[in-house]
Amino acid sequence: MSTVSTKIGRRFFIKSSTLAGGGIMLGFNWLASCQMPKKELSSVPKEWFKINGFLKISDNGLVTIMSPNPEGGQNVKTSMPMIVAEELDVNWNDVIVEQAPLDTANFTRQFIGGSQAIRRGWESLRMTGACARHMLKQAAAQAWQVPLEELTTASGVIQHEKTGHSAGYGEMASAAATLPVPETVELKEIKDFKIIGTSRKNVDGQKIVTGQPLFGIDTYREGMLTAMIVHPPAFGLKLKSVDDSAARNMPGIKDIFTIKVFNEDYEKEFFDTCTFTEIAVIVGNSTWEVMNAKKALKISCEPITSSTENRSRFGSKYTQHTPAGLESTTDHKAQMEAMAAKPAEIVRKDGNPDMAFKKAAKIIERTFTAPYLAHNCMEPMNFFADVTSEKATLIGPLQKPEFTEKALSARLGMPLEKIDIQMTRLGGGYGRRSYAHWLIEAALISQKMNAPVKLIYTREDDMTDGIYRPAYHIKFRAGLDGSNNLNAFHVKAGGIPESPLAKDRFPAGAVDHYLAEEWTIDTNLTVGSFRAPRSNFMASAEQSFLDEVAEAAGKDPIDFRLELLEKASKNPVGENNDYDANRYAGVLKMVREKSGWGKESTDIYRGVSAYFCHNSYAAQVLDMKMENGTPKVQKVTCAIDCGIVVNPDGAKNMAEGGIVDGIGNAFFGELTFKDGVPEKNNFDKYRMIRMKEAPKEIDVYFVESNIDPTGLGEPTFPPTFAAVANALYQATGKRHYHQPFLKS
Amino acid sequence: MAKFNLIINGNQKEVDVDPSTPVLWVLRDHLKLVGTKYGCGIAQCGACTIHLDDTAIRSCQLPVSAVGNQAITTIEGLSENGDHPLQKAWVAHDVPQCGYCQAGQIMTAAALLKANPNPTEETIEATMNGNICRCGTYIRIRKAIQTAASNQQG
Ligand code: FES
Ligand code: FES
Repeated sequence: MSTVSTKIGRRFFIKSSTLAGGGIMLGFNWLASCQMPKKELSSVPKEWFKINGFLKISDNGLVTIMSPNPEGGQNVKTSMPMIVAEELDVNWNDVIVEQAPLDTANFTRQFIGGSQAIRRGWESLRMTGACARHMLKQAAAQAWQVPLEELTTASGVIQHEKTGHSAGYGEMASAAATLPVPETVELKEIKDFKIIGTSRKNVDGQKIVTGQPLFGIDTYREGMLTAMIVHPPAFGLKLKSVDDSAARNMPGIKDIFTIKVFNEDYEKEFFDTCTFTEIAVIVGNSTWEVMNAKKALKISCEPITSSTENRSRFGSKYTQHTPAGLESTTDHKAQMEAMAAKPAEIVRKDGNPDMAFKKAAKIIERTFTAPYLAHNCMEPMNFFADVTSEKATLIGPLQKPEFTEKALSARLGMPLEKIDIQMTRLGGGYGRRSYAHWLIEAALISQKMNAPVKLIYTREDDMTDGIYRPAYHIKFRAGLDGSNNLNAFHVKAGGIPESPLAKDRFPAGAVDHYLAEEWTIDTNLTVGSFRAPRSNFMASAEQSFLDEVAEAAGKDPIDFRLELLEKASKNPVGENNDYDANRYAGVLKMVREKSGWGKESTDIYRGVSAYFCHNSYAAQVLDMKMENGTPKVQKVTCAIDCGIVVNPDGAKNMAEGGIVDGIGNAFFGELTFKDGVPEKNNFDKYRMIRMKEAPKEIDVYFVESNIDPTGLGEPTFPPTFAAVANALYQATGKRHYHQPFLKS
Repeated sequence: MAKFNLIINGNQKEVDVDPSTPVLWVLRDHLKLVGTKYGCGIAQCGACTIHLDDTAIRSCQLPVSAVGNQAITTIEGLSENGDHPLQKAWVAHDVPQCGYCQAGQIMTAAALLKANPNPTEETIEATMNGNICRCGTYIRIRKAIQTAASNQQG
């Protein structure tokens, strides 16, 4: 066992709370609301005792574990409580999972994004379970007058072998709840895990397949009104006036007005990015009535002027420049070409790249680009708000409640204590729901109407009022020496408005002469995180390029990468390389073996790709067939090293999702703009991957590991693009440099 | 406004709404049957799929005035205890990720299995191609339908 301190920083991580009092939940209420009791109950729980912010134990031994982070399909609502249950040492069948509300006093890092939930929660979740187990043992030690060290636990039962005493957790819960939190607790050895590393079903699975109200958009309350927005039709425009003469008198319409999402003097945090700062709002009795009035509402707009804003990102200040003008994709392309032709900011240089390129026996130079992408969560943006002078209640799907709460507090001028944010399941997030300007919009509408309101974006609003994945451009040069070794590497990367480059990532560290440059172009299109930000393009470009370089060097693409990784491991160039070359090579070797790489098959074309991001490693071999000139992905074999896997089947599902998403976006993903107007606004124009294009099979393998878990929501997504491009090359003889690869 | 008598999941319901209101919004706003989802509103994503008698229909494009006396089934009424073979197979394969599209997926699949208890893989793909899953759960959906079909055969 390892002993850990329960103190993190200057405060106790886990708060003790006294005997439930107000916290007691009556068992009957719980049973009535429970769809399928997991356990045949011999008795009904009469009382619940709150052990800490995460845990309640009933008198008959059922355990309620609060899942702290929002659930958006990554299955954290199952895997995070699994970690607590492991250290608590209970049967998973005795566990009920509840979604915790936003509660910064009891929980830390209540957000999803960056594949960080499990990685960052790992230790604190374990500690929470271990603390509760310790307190239960302490209660038993006192009751039986025996030393605590002689007690053992298993499956929710405490035992004292010498005296034969034995008690279920439920019997000790009341006494345990009054005890102080221990200063240190013991954690289990990894080899003793019984729940972690075993597949457990999604705790909400049954509710999902029976259509229970789980999502924000399913929120209905007595007296609730429905609201929709009308925003300027183009980026680069702002609202000037609203003509509601036709819409105002339509049936069911309560009010039409405009709102400003933020106060003029408010300094925006990173996640406060907001599409249109002033919008028109229509409020009415029902969705259909509001939708109809929305069509009848006329707005007129005027051009924005260019501006510079001070913003802050996790405490550090930056300025954001927003140019005026109506931007178009064709202009963007020309601007990016122009930037790529000029010298840019050098961010890393190893050796003497200039000289190395001069001496190179062979130089390969290629340019890759990718367009803006819309997130297209299946549940359109929405939020419920009930704001009175006393209190603001917000219910809905969002990724970063902790940040949004602060922004809302500033906007309403209401202290945080009066704001209650309740998190529903997210019908997809992928980064879009990190920027919850629609929560603030909903709150302002409710405040104005003095009534509970649900704000819903139509699909068209969702797609045209986006916080998009930026457009990117990258130029690579590789220099091979006389013996076909990669000796010089030059990357010049940029985008609108950010560069995708991670300067210390592979192949940095593996090449003697390395040069990385980057540039950016400002835009008034709003952009933000999209599943595996930046990596989602870098992996695509770099792993396609290396495929071509390997070919030029006359080497097998896997061997070629392994050679480079061996150098990075044994004899690394530079100091700050951000990856572990051995783990990187590990997934490549694993995928080579599992996919049967090298075995020829006449009508199967294969592409390989591997990438490190979000602290995890993923490698893929993608098998493609051509059917009447159309590429069909048959199978993807994927090897992942993400440390300890908490819930293997859940993890596999997420890996499959990342790969299917990658294939879809590689083939079809694209949002173009014409004079500031997004040229697609619904799924008739925006092509999403559908079942026919999904692979028949995805085989996922995890590297066995004792390393603390790292991210998984994102790492399987980026390499897929290049695996697709490389297989397409095998199938068609044509390299694909510009996404999307297929025009629909 | 007009009154409509609808048979929904075996029960008679009366609603007083604009005749052009899509059944999707009648279900959600007026009857609080929220299992049927809004995804696109233009019959492109399948999130709003219900059954009209035994046929899978996009409820976002179906005005309530067009229902007449055809029976409506929603995900809430697909089975009494949430144990339709497809629902069981969905849980067994742990299909959902975010879960938002899944009611529509199941309703499309249920109409398929009713008409064709033993569909080929091509038929499954052709039928399910109208339902988008942004999370990319297609492989498990395909497998769950095959499992349900073979379980139904007994
Ligand atoms: S909401 Fe009806 S098909 Fe998309
Ligand atoms: S499970 Fe998320 S859209 Fe299908």
